[in-house]
Amino acid sequence: MSSLSQSTTGRVSDPNHRQNPLVEWISDWGGVVVDVIVAIGDFTLFVWRAMIWLFTRLPRQGTLLPNFYQVGVLSLPVVALTGTFIGMVLAVQSHFQFSQIGLETRLGAVINMSLVRELGPVLAATMLAGRVGGAMAAELGTMRVTEQIDALESMGANPIHYLVVPRFLACIFMIPTLTIMADFMGVVGAYFYSVFMLDIDRHFYLHNSREFVGGFDLFVGVFKSLFFGAAIAVISCYRGFHCTPGAEGVGRAATAAFVISFVMILVLDLFLGILLDTIYYAIWPGGAKLFF
Amino acid sequence: MTSNPQHNTAQDPIVEIERLHVRFGHQLVLREINLKITRGQSLAIIGESGCGKTVLLKTIIGLIKPTEGHVIFDGQRLDELNERDLSALRPRFGLVFQSAALFDSMTVGQNVAFPLRQQGRGDQEIQRLVLARLAEVGLPDSVVSKKPAELSGGMRKRVGVARAAIVNPEVMLYDEPTTGLDPIVSDVINELMMRTRRHTSVTSVIVTHDMRTARKVADRVVMIYPASRLAPGEPQIIFDGPPSELDRAGDRRVRQFVRGEAGERLMEMLQVASQLQGSE
Repeated sequence: MSSLSQSTTGRVSDPNHRQNPLVEWISDWGGVVVDVIVAIGDFTLFVWRAMIWLFTRLPRQGTLLPNFYQVGVLSLPVVALTGTFIGMVLAVQSHFQFSQIGLETRLGAVINMSLVRELGPVLAATMLAGRVGGAMAAELGTMRVTEQIDALESMGANPIHYLVVPRFLACIFMIPTLTIMADFMGVVGAYFYSVFMLDIDRHFYLHNSREFVGGFDLFVGVFKSLFFGAAIAVISCYRGFHCTPGAEGVGRAATAAFVISFVMILVLDLFLGILLDTIYYAIWPGGAKLFF
Repeated sequence: MTSNPQHNTAQDPIVEIERLHVRFGHQLVLREINLKITRGQSLAIIGESGCGKTVLLKTIIGLIKPTEGHVIFDGQRLDELNERDLSALRPRFGLVFQSAALFDSMTVGQNVAFPLRQQGRGDQEIQRLVLARLAEVGLPDSVVSKKPAELSGGMRKRVGVARAAIVNPEVMLYDEPTTGLDPIVSDVINELMMRTRRHTSVTSVIVTHDMRTARKVADRVVMIYPASRLAPGEPQIIFDGPPSELDRAGDRRVRQFVRGEAGERLMEMLQVASQLQGSE
């Protein structure tokens, strides 16, 4: 078998055996399509099993709390720092453009709107996909290659229930919480930079922020972060569970967890943004209460 | 194939393997395996690396699903059980992994206590049983708070045995229990397996290529041969009998394995190497 290449579905192609190029092309692309369908099916089953366990039996406190601590408490400094710098960078970048048209005092509205609806949730989730998702995939991948997941199963524990469900719960509860933290720090960072470094009038900065940014904007950001958290958890756990042997396999699982989570965050951001706007305008046509 | 009727027709099998095939993609690992393991028996499964010994062991406990055929444990077909029932059945097995597979994030005490916690036992009972089991495998109380990374290979294996045996399983499965250990520590592990069997009358299945372990611990030895090198229709189990018959086995491949002679395998490997060099 050494000279043969084998795909995940077990197809074997012999490089020494020449076929019609068209047949080979169709075969290769067919193989890719089958592999993708198998991977999607496998991932869907994985998520389905996690959901079944989530709604049938909650994990013990002893397995839940360490995950909440890992995801929530240990991510707090890095998320706070990210949020603060996003706010300040937004102030720096927006100030020049707004000052050209004499609208510096509107800076607060633009910065805070961007922060709570988009940049806060997306950048916090991206940061957490790297910190939390990568760590989860590496940890579970190591457990897979050192047979610890098999050991769990051999002792009658279900690995999905024991390993995936606590991480999923930690992500869907803590990532929205961390997003609120990132938003808050971003707002504070932007305020301090705008008022104390750029000398923007404090009263108008706050007045415009209050006028243009409402509860729904905050809800949009937090609601999206709930899905970002779920995506990070299931993608990272799946990559860890399906880690290939060796140190290289663990490294690839961690990298893949981050890259796929990041892409998924952006995709979800777009579709959830469209969905939430559609719902909003369906409830309040014309956007009469867009800023309340 | 050398066979011993006394072993093949023994009464009351606890594990029955019938027409078992395991395939990963296009690679056939196990082909038409038929095996009955009786209660209280100590069976060693030997064979060269990559022949499917560990796959067979993991199939017995249901960690790997057979492509064809099935495993019957105590009258129940494992392939007919759902995930929950299979999880409930698994504590009746104790599996000692080649690498011990201790949980890195837990202390030794938490590792050994894990199967008991799964059963919802009380803290005091757990503490008492953990200390007693660690003492049985010759480990002091001081290791309880240590992390697996702080232990030597032999100590990790002993913790693995303590963890697997703590719920008094009916079948103990050992995957390469002495691999990577020095001869003295290997013998300690061998003694431990024998002691566990004497005290609890447990059925033992030991996957090994250490002939010293097979001869000392087992009362029946089965040798499996890589499915990829079998002739069509040839059974994968090429020896099934007591360890004393290993040296007198009719099959040359068994005698070569027991004596550690590469024989024609060396020639095969050299041929493959020269072919690869030629193709480069």
